Amino acid sequence: MSNLDIILQQLANGIILGSFYALVALGYTMVYGIIKLLNFAHGDLYMVGGFVGFVFLSALSGLLGTSWAAITFSMVLSMLAVGLLGVIIQRVAYQPMLNAPRLSILITALAVSMILANGVMAVTDGEYMAFTTDLGYDGLDFGNVFISYTQLVLVVSASVLMIVLTLFVHKTLYGKAMRAIAIDQDACRLMGINVNRVIALTFFIGSSLAAAAGVMAGVYYGSLHFSMGFVIGLKAFTAAVIGGIGSIPGAMLGGLVLGILEAFGTQIPFVGSEWRDVFSFGLLILLLIVKPTGMLGKTEIERM
Amino acid sequence: MGNSQPLSSWADWLKPQRNRMIVLMILAAVAMVIPVVANNYLLEVLTNAWFYTILCLGLNIVVGYAGLLDLGYAAFFAVGAYTTGILTSKFGFNFWLTIPFAVGCSMLAGVIIGGPTLRLRSDYLAIVTLGFGEIVRIIARNLEITGGASGLIGIERPYFFGIQLNQGIHFYYVFLLLAIAACYVSYRLQHSRLGRAWQYVREDEDAAEAMGIDRVGVKLHAYVIGAMFGGIAGCFFAAKMTAISPETFTFAQSVLILLGVVLGGMGKIPGVIVGAFALVLFPEVFRGVGSMRMLIFAIVMLVIMLYRPEGIWPRVKS
Amino acid sequence: MALLQVQDLLLSFSGLEVIRTLDFAVEEGSIASLIGPNGAGKTSVFNCLTGFYRPDAGIIRFAGKSLIGRKPHKITQAGMARTFQNLRLFKSMTVLENVMSGMHCRTSAGALGAVFQTGSQQREEIRIREVSEECLDIVGLLSKKEVYAGNLAYGDQRRVEWARALATRPKLLLLDEPAAGLNNDEKKALIALILRIRDTLGITILLIEHDMGLVMEVSEKITVIDYGRKIAEGTALEVQNNPKVIEAYLGSEEEGDFL
Repeated sequence: MSNLDIILQQLANGIILGSFYALVALGYTMVYGIIKLLNFAHGDLYMVGGFVGFVFLSALSGLLGTSWAAITFSMVLSMLAVGLLGVIIQRVAYQPMLNAPRLSILITALAVSMILANGVMAVTDGEYMAFTTDLGYDGLDFGNVFISYTQLVLVVSASVLMIVLTLFVHKTLYGKAMRAIAIDQDACRLMGINVNRVIALTFFIGSSLAAAAGVMAGVYYGSLHFSMGFVIGLKAFTAAVIGGIGSIPGAMLGGLVLGILEAFGTQIPFVGSEWRDVFSFGLLILLLIVKPTGMLGKTEIERM
Repeated sequence: MGNSQPLSSWADWLKPQRNRMIVLMILAAVAMVIPVVANNYLLEVLTNAWFYTILCLGLNIVVGYAGLLDLGYAAFFAVGAYTTGILTSKFGFNFWLTIPFAVGCSMLAGVIIGGPTLRLRSDYLAIVTLGFGEIVRIIARNLEITGGASGLIGIERPYFFGIQLNQGIHFYYVFLLLAIAACYVSYRLQHSRLGRAWQYVREDEDAAEAMGIDRVGVKLHAYVIGAMFGGIAGCFFAAKMTAISPETFTFAQSVLILLGVVLGGMGKIPGVIVGAFALVLFPEVFRGVGSMRMLIFAIVMLVIMLYRPEGIWPRVKS
Repeated sequence: MALLQVQDLLLSFSGLEVIRTLDFAVEEGSIASLIGPNGAGKTSVFNCLTGFYRPDAGIIRFAGKSLIGRKPHKITQAGMARTFQNLRLFKSMTVLENVMSGMHCRTSAGALGAVFQTGSQQREEIRIREVSEECLDIVGLLSKKEVYAGNLAYGDQRRVEWARALATRPKLLLLDEPAAGLNNDEKKALIALILRIRDTLGITILLIEHDMGLVMEVSEKITVIDYGRKIAEGTALEVQNNPKVIEAYLGSEEEGDFL
């Protein structure tokens, strides 16, 4: 393999990984943007999404097999279910904490995250679940660079979801309300915007995007585990920070950048794949220190 | 607020210094004589409880006093344990000589991670510490000097005036004394100029700054002192276990320590001790829960935050 | 030379100019006021002085030293204390503990001193308490020192803020709308207090205030700003009769014609 081939192959791998990160980072950033909450449970919603998709797929397989149709259908169902779960979490755990000290709400989010992860662990006995599909391993072969159709479809669907989200945020009234609440919640309330409903909607969208990513990851990696939300949550947060937390295009960009950086980072001599997580967390820490506002984030003006 | 709670009657009784001293003396006496009557199992459990008391009190300085969320506290505990482990097993150091190194390394880790991040928003710190905790664990897993995934073995047990500390009862007293020292230091700090500064910063950062308090410096103090507690606990942990592995220092460990702090009511020393004991005793008493332990703990943590953010220890102030 | 000297101060938030080339000075031992209509940029000036905002350009010299780029706590240490427009007390701490915060920058005991109860740490604790009690005595709140700050009446909470600022041992005291929300009796007491702080403690005072009666009564020099620019300066009498000031507060006559 020539160097160029390696570069191209890693670029492809990075983009696929990055689109998962981007989908999860979107939910992180949207929730942060609107209520300034670091939703630790977000990565776990991705994990739950994967499992729910798996359950639907198993149920549907008798009817539709495990083809793309069945996968798409179970992904949509999983998005709806996990979106709803996100709204319930917001109502039960976060809503009562809106005026509590920051520390309390962070601990609450942590507790929710632990409940989701350990709940799924209890149900699955901590075992890996094989996410079997009959998608095969065909793909586009450019000599030494190989991209499977599965990978291609995943990247395209992630892009479609992101385009739909962007249109929604910029073209609809709800999207406008979302952006307005991010700027000044009290003013929005005075303007007669149903703030609670918009926040709930934000949680719904964010959670269902995470669920979509979870199902896609299941398809891609072929297995699911209760602990998979923890690392992706950290990675997605890193992606959100790279792009500038609170910024929707920033989350997409950040996800891709992180995915590509990781793909190349593990190619550096002496930095094997076991160091991949060290690489991205190190990057996160460095970034927060050097440029906490990220690539597309706005500087906050602190007012007295 | 606290007066409506049924527990407040005995809490009020604890208000005067004299009553508090009586209770403290009785508790200390009980803690001292328990080993005489306890069997090995109970002794082991209680030793573990004192050990978690030290860790929880250390984290309490960061979370309870300074109001900073640290989700990677196990990392400092790991730094202490590995420093002692490496120095004794690979370089033949005497255990007691490793203590200053363990303390120094954990404090250094605190400065490295806290120095740059403490000026950021407090929620960023939470996530940075989370990442840091993972980094430390992964490094420990993958380096040769730390023994990789299987960890370090053969850490020599220390000698104390010619007697090798190798029995349960020895370590019971070691951790009891450390826990008492941790209580004393916490208490002194809480009621000092620095302790008040932590509280000012926790309540209103801008106002504290306007009063001439160096917000970042004060937080860094809390962070580094907390790290030091973790380092010392880790160092004695290594001596007690004689073997350490990276899986002791997971995120779940950090969360467990945090739960001890939250359970007892952040910032209250007796509460934190009760929290640490609850942490250790719960799975022993309810053996059936097994793998559900963390799930139950998480639910408890959520319920506490929603309904009783001041923890199970009652408020004495009104 | 003036105790506080501000020259060509410029501050903008993402292109919006809040303060544009402002000049003013406060003489040592004087009582000066900064007034202007709502949104004129008065509190922004305070935030620049105390280091909470970083001005885009300009000179701020305090007691001969430049304050630009210094952190708020360093500025307090240099001798400039402030109160907040909307009270910023440590509500769940006692009144005395609140005031003790001011002494933090005048003391130095650290963690080791606290743990080992060194002699100097003990003496320092006593001194912190004594100075704080003196400050509470000055504002007349000594009897409520053990009350939780959040439980005090509004007027008393304001006084805790003053005592807290006094405990930092300032050369210059910045009061942000000290009379807001006070009744007439409390305002009279406030005037007496301001004069007493200056006369007996020798502390220079700069205040932002909307209550013209109070401003006119205590200030020796008044600086009027509007849209971040100085429009008038002088004694109470001079400012009162300045047409620009009247225009800024009441709107110009031409505008009146249109109404």
